[in-house]
Amino acid sequence: MNRLLISILIAFMAIINSMHAKTITVCNSCEVTSIKKAIALASDYDTIKVKKGTYKEYNILVDKPLTIIGENYPVIDGELKGEIITITSDNVTVDGLFIINVGTSYTEDYAAIRVQKCKNFLIQNVVLEKLFFGIYLEKARDGKVFHNKIIGDAIEEYNSGNGIQLWYSKNILIEHNYVERVRDGIYLEFSDDCTIKNNVSANNLRYGLHFMFSNNDIYRDNTFESNGAGVAVMFSKKIKMYNNIFKENWGTASYGMLLKEINDAEIIGNTFEENTIGINIEGSNRIVYKNNNFINNGWAIKVRGACYTNSFLSNNFLYNSFDISYNSNINDNVFDKNYWSNYTGYDLDKNGIGDVPYRPVKLFSYIVNRTPETIILLRSLFIDIIDFSEKVSPVFTPDNLLDNNPKMKKIEW
Amino acid sequence: MLKILKYSFYDLMRSRWSYVYFAFYLLLGIVLLFLNNDLSKAVITLMNVIIVLVPLIGTIFGVMYYYNSKEFTELLLAQPLKRSSIFLGQYLGVAISLSMSLILGLGIPFVFYGLFKSTAIWDFSLLLITGTFLTFIFTALAFNIALSNENRIKGFGYAILLWLFLAIIYDGLFLMTLIIFEDYPLDKVSLVGTMLNPIDLSRTLILLKLDISALLGYTGAVFKQFFGTNFGLMVSFVALVLWVVLPVSRMTFKSKKKDF
Amino acid sequence: MVSIQDLHKKFGKNEVLSGVNLEIGEGGIFAVLGPNGSGKTTLIKCLLGMVIPNKGTISVLGKNIKHGSNYRYQIDYLPQIANFPSNLKVKELITMIKDLRGNKTTVDEQLISLFKLEPFLDKKLGNLSGGTKQKVNLVLTFMFDSPLIILDEPTSGLDPISLIRLKNLIQAEKEKGKTILITSHIMSFVEEVSDEIVFLLEGKIYFKGSINELKTKTDQPDFEHAIASILTENHA
Repeated sequence: MNRLLISILIAFMAIINSMHAKTITVCNSCEVTSIKKAIALASDYDTIKVKKGTYKEYNILVDKPLTIIGENYPVIDGELKGEIITITSDNVTVDGLFIINVGTSYTEDYAAIRVQKCKNFLIQNVVLEKLFFGIYLEKARDGKVFHNKIIGDAIEEYNSGNGIQLWYSKNILIEHNYVERVRDGIYLEFSDDCTIKNNVSANNLRYGLHFMFSNNDIYRDNTFESNGAGVAVMFSKKIKMYNNIFKENWGTASYGMLLKEINDAEIIGNTFEENTIGINIEGSNRIVYKNNNFINNGWAIKVRGACYTNSFLSNNFLYNSFDISYNSNINDNVFDKNYWSNYTGYDLDKNGIGDVPYRPVKLFSYIVNRTPETIILLRSLFIDIIDFSEKVSPVFTPDNLLDNNPKMKKIEW
Repeated sequence: MLKILKYSFYDLMRSRWSYVYFAFYLLLGIVLLFLNNDLSKAVITLMNVIIVLVPLIGTIFGVMYYYNSKEFTELLLAQPLKRSSIFLGQYLGVAISLSMSLILGLGIPFVFYGLFKSTAIWDFSLLLITGTFLTFIFTALAFNIALSNENRIKGFGYAILLWLFLAIIYDGLFLMTLIIFEDYPLDKVSLVGTMLNPIDLSRTLILLKLDISALLGYTGAVFKQFFGTNFGLMVSFVALVLWVVLPVSRMTFKSKKKDF
Repeated sequence: MVSIQDLHKKFGKNEVLSGVNLEIGEGGIFAVLGPNGSGKTTLIKCLLGMVIPNKGTISVLGKNIKHGSNYRYQIDYLPQIANFPSNLKVKELITMIKDLRGNKTTVDEQLISLFKLEPFLDKKLGNLSGGTKQKVNLVLTFMFDSPLIILDEPTSGLDPISLIRLKNLIQAEKEKGKTILITSHIMSFVEEVSDEIVFLLEGKIYFKGSINELKTKTDQPDFEHAIASILTENHA
C-alpha cells in the first residue's frame, strides 16, 4: 500500500515537474551558446532548443532526462576530437541535429550519438556525416531510432565504423533510417527482440545489415542495395525476415544474404535481385523459405553444406544463371511448388503443376564450384548437353533434390 | 561491288530460302512472345537459338549460295569487273539478306509486343547485333570453305564440321583443358580461348548482359577487369570485327588466285 | 591485238598449257582448234583472266592483263555453257549485264528481235531450253561493240535458222574490222567462217595458219581429213 502511494506520488511529481519543465534556447547570440552549458543549466525533463548555427562541441554528456531539439538542423561539429553526444540517462530525446566530424580512433569506438545503459530513448531526424560510428546503442533497451540519415565516407574496413550499432540491447525499434557508405549499415550483436523496418541501407563497405548472436529479431520491408557483401545473419536464432529487398550485391564474396549457423528462421516475401549470390547458406537448419522472388541472380541459392530440414516452398526462381548450387550430393532439404523459369516440362492435365519434376541443381554448377574459370562457358551448347545427361542420370548432384510439383506459371501472392 | 551486291541481294530476296528463314524467325518470335508472355525468358531462349542456329544457317547458306551461283560468278568474271568486288559483292549480298531476315523476322513480333516500352530493348538489340555479326562471320567462313573446295559434297561436309566444331566440340575441349589445368591461374587462358571462337565470343557478349551477376563472382583480377568494366565489351566487339575482317580478307586473297 | 608469250598452266599435276606463244593480229576470224583436253578453253580463260597462268604474259591491245580488269571492256565473251542465275528473268539479265558494263549499247533490241526472243523476255532463265539460253547468251555477247570477240562453242544447241543468223552476225562483225576468236567442234562451221586457224595439241601450238596452208601441210584434200590426220599422226 505504501509502496503504491509512493509510486503515485512520484508519478504525480513527475507530471508536475514536466508541467514546470522549462525550455532553454541555445544559439550563437543567446545567453547560452553551447549545448554543454544548456545541459548543465537544465533540470530533469527540460527541453533544450538548439537554433540554427554551428556548435563546435564534443563529449556532450546527457545525464538527465532531457529533450534536445534542433531547429533547422543546427550543426554540431566535433572537429574530429572524439565522441559527440553520450546519453546515460533514461527518457532522453534527441531530435533534428546535424552532427559532423566524429573522431576516429583505433582503440575506442567514438560515436556521433552513444546511448549507454539506459532506456526509453528516442533518436530521430538526426543527420550524421563524416562519422566513425553513427548511433551506438550499448546495453540500451526499449528505445526507438527513427528517421535518421547517416552518410559515411568509409573507404577501408579497418578504420571505419558502423552506421547503427546495437550491443547487448533489447527491444529496440529501428525504423525509416537511411544509412550509406559506412562499414556495416546496421549491426546487432547480442541484441534480442528488436524490430528493424523500412530502412534503406546501401553502398556500405561490408554488410547492409549484420546480426551476430542475436535472437528473436524481426526485420521487414527494408532495402539493402549495392553493399560490399549484402546482409549477414550469423549465429542467431528465430530471426524473422519479411518483405525485404536485396539488390545488386556484386562481387566475389557478395550475397544478397549470408546465413551462417542460423536456426529456425523464417524468410518470407523477400526479393533477391541481381546479386552474385542470392542467399548463401552454411550450417543453417529448419529455415522456411516461402514466397520469395529470386530474379537475375548469379546463383539464387548456394548451399555450402551442413544444412538440414530447410524447406523452400512457393518461391519464384526467375532467370538466375544458376538456381541452386550444392557442394555435395547429399540433400536433406525440401523443394516444393516453386516456379522455375528454367523449367522446360509440360502440364498435360492442366492443373498448373508440371508433370515432370524439376531438378534445380545442374552439373555445370558443380563444375564451376570446382574450376571457377569454367564460368566462361555458361550457356554453351556443350554445357547444355552435359547438363541434360546429368539430369537424366544424376551422378555428381543430389539424386533426390527435386521439385516434384514445379509450377507452370509465376506465382503471384 | 555495289552493283554485284545489288544483284546478289535482289536474287536472294527472291529465293524461297530467304523467306523460309524469315518465316522461321517470325514464327519463333511470335511463339516465344505471345504463347509465353515473358519477355525475359524469350530473350534467353532467343540467345540459345541465335548462338546455335545463326552460325549453322550462315555456313550452310553461304556454301549453298556459292555453289549455286557458280555460273553467275563465271558470267561476271568475264565482265570488266574486279574479282574482289565480285566476291565481296556476293558475300555481302548473302550476309545482308540473311541478317535482314533475322532482324526483321525477330524484330517485327517484338515491336508488336511493345519492345520499345520495355527495358529488354538493350538485351534484345545486343542479341540482334551479335546475330548479325555471327551471320557475317559464318558466311565469310563458308565462302572460304567453298572457294577452297571445288567438290560440293566436300564443301558441305567441311561446313557442317566447322559448325559442329565451333558450336560444340570446341567448348568440350575448352572445358577439359580448364579442368585438367585447374591448379594454374586460368583466367587469361579462358578469355583468350573465348576470343578464338566467334560463337564463344558472341556468347560472352550476351553473358555480359544476362549473367553479369554470376560472372562477377569469380575472383581473378583479369576477369574482373574484363567483365566489371566496359573493357570486356570493347575487346569483344573488336574481336568480332576481326573475325569478320580476317575471313573476308582471306576470301578476297584466295579469290584472286583461283581458276574458274 | 592479242599477244601471248610462253604461257604455262597446270591444274594440279596435269599440265594443260606448256609454253604457248601466240600473236593474233587485228581484224579477222581465228579458230582455236584441238582435241578434247588440249587446252582451248583454258587458253581462252587465261585470256579473260578467269584462269591465272603459272607463267607467261598475256597482253590484250598492248596492255598486260595482270594490271586490272578494265581491258575486258574491249572483249565480248560467249561462255561455253550458258548457265545463268535461274531466278532472274531474261529481261533482267540483259539489263543487269548492261548495267554492269556501263550501259553503252543500243543494239540489244535488234539482237532480241533477230533471235526472236521477245516472247521469252519475261520468263525466268531457269525455265528456258538449252537453245533459247544459248540465244540469250549470244545477245549478251553481241550487245556490246568491243574490238575483240571470243566465242566458246557458239553453235551448241542452235537450230539451223539461228545458226545462219549467227554466221551472218559474225561476218557483219568482221566487216567492222573486229577480231573474233572462236572455238568449235563443228569443222564445217570453222571451215566456213574462219580466216585462220590455231591448232593446239598437248598444251602447245601445233599449227597456226590458214586452212589452205593446213591442207598443204598435211597433204589432205579437205579440212576435216587434215585435222584427223594431225590427230592420228600424233597418237599413232
